Amino acid sequence: MDIEGIFREESGRILATLIRLLGSFDLAEEGMQEAFATAVERWPREGTPAKPRAWLIATAQHKAIDVLRRRARFDSKREELQRIAELEQQFADAQMAKARIDNAGESMRRHNRTRSDGSDAGRDDDPFGDDRLRLIFTCCHPALALEAQVALTLRTLCGLTTEEIARSFLVPPPTMAQRLVRAKQKIRDARIPYQIPPEHELAARVEAVLLVVYLVFNEGYNATSGEAAVRHELCTEAIRLGRVVCQLLPRQTDARALLALMLLHDSRRPARTAQNGEPVLLEVQDRSLWNQEQIREGTALVESALRDGRASPYALQAAIAAVHAQAQSVEETDWRQIVGLYEILLQAQPSPVIELNHAAAVAMAEGPAAGLKLLDDLGAKSELRDYYLLPASRADLLRRLERWTEAADSYRRALALATNDSARKFLSRRLAEMEARI
Amino acid sequence: MQYLLLIYGNEAHWETLSEAEGNAINKEFMDFTQSIAQSGHLRGGNELNRTSTATTVRLRDKKRLVTDGPFAETKEQLGGYYLIEAKDLDDALAVAARIPSARWGSIEVRPIIPHEMPS
Repeated sequence: MDIEGIFREESGRILATLIRLLGSFDLAEEGMQEAFATAVERWPREGTPAKPRAWLIATAQHKAIDVLRRRARFDSKREELQRIAELEQQFADAQMAKARIDNAGESMRRHNRTRSDGSDAGRDDDPFGDDRLRLIFTCCHPALALEAQVALTLRTLCGLTTEEIARSFLVPPPTMAQRLVRAKQKIRDARIPYQIPPEHELAARVEAVLLVVYLVFNEGYNATSGEAAVRHELCTEAIRLGRVVCQLLPRQTDARALLALMLLHDSRRPARTAQNGEPVLLEVQDRSLWNQEQIREGTALVESALRDGRASPYALQAAIAAVHAQAQSVEETDWRQIVGLYEILLQAQPSPVIELNHAAAVAMAEGPAAGLKLLDDLGAKSELRDYYLLPASRADLLRRLERWTEAADSYRRALALATNDSARKFLSRRLAEMEARI
Repeated sequence: MQYLLLIYGNEAHWETLSEAEGNAINKEFMDFTQSIAQSGHLRGGNELNRTSTATTVRLRDKKRLVTDGPFAETKEQLGGYYLIEAKDLDDALAVAARIPSARWGSIEVRPIIPHEMPS
């Protein structure tokens, strides 16, 4: 794997481990950046090391100690020098312990791999506690504003760029950058601890974590930047995080519901993208490609969540996904049940985006004209003004009604708003089809 | 690390309490203070007299401006503080949540920036 690939794969894990070892976001980031810079310089000459992650972590620690030394020379603060001595000792201890950990880790790894959810070969999970779980609880600490929690988790655990996070939340990149800086400063200045919350706080803290996991999954599922329609690794990452939360809190029915939702959506992934990278709509997907194991697991999970808990928004969305998953084809889908589920969902969680989905379901259950009426009412809502799926959905319904000119206009409006490359390709093709008909 | 716990509450609330209720709350405060002294958190603290006893001073264009009352009229007023030593924010929040006023008011938890002070 090339260095860029390793960076995307590993930077979240490496950063989490470094933060634990060094006790500071900034130091961990600087160390990691310098380690990667060194890798770019040396690996082409010397070859990629057998264990790239271990190499990067060790190098980053060395670089971080250098950073502290430079700062100490400048400030000559006794505490800095003391910190350096502590880190050097810690590093030496870690090297000695590493051999013991490697031996114990092998048996732990075999024990921890329970299901296949797309986890990649060559991952060595931390056998003595999941650094990422600790980090996600820290990123999702209530002392941070919710939007900061989400941004920080996406940035540090999933390696999204500030730009990508900004687009997901429809805010300008400088605003998002500032949000991240402030969040890290708050963690440092108020000394938010890197730890899993105590038992009596766990349930409340999990709610925030679930929201972040959900948003991470969505970013992967509906990628707003880059060539691919789906950033597979984000979905896999979110599912993995969801599993850990379920294992940790088996009585949290909402964690089960969210995991169900993610599995059911992810089960369609093999069918969602065509060979040329364009998205394939649900209506024409090859359902034989859907991952039946994920569908079985997801369906069981949502049934269990609804049985043991309430019809939360996650559970309702998972139920909708399950109805789709049960159907052999678009025609055999129980669209009326889906419309009904969306209506309950809208009561629990009124949102223009869910109304958009509701309208699309109504179009399937009652015909395009019925759906179009709902979309026209939605057009008035300002939150959807820059959301390309609104004109794209309108265009699709107009196309089905053979109103070619209006459909072309809507496709053009959608293209003006869409940033995802594969969505743009798809919309351009549709527009060309419309123009050929006029 | 040190934190200042700023105790905000609606002053008018105190007027509505009977003597017995007032005494009960005072006892709660005393017990709380005692317990954080024992746990090693306590570094200082005081009850503040009500905001009508406050005076605010500012220097603008070299002129001293003195006004009656707190620096700003707020829905909840600063009524007291604790200075504590805590190992991290969660430790400080756990202490702050036990302050009796937390039930009806708000406790702001502010990290201290340490400076060398003359003794």
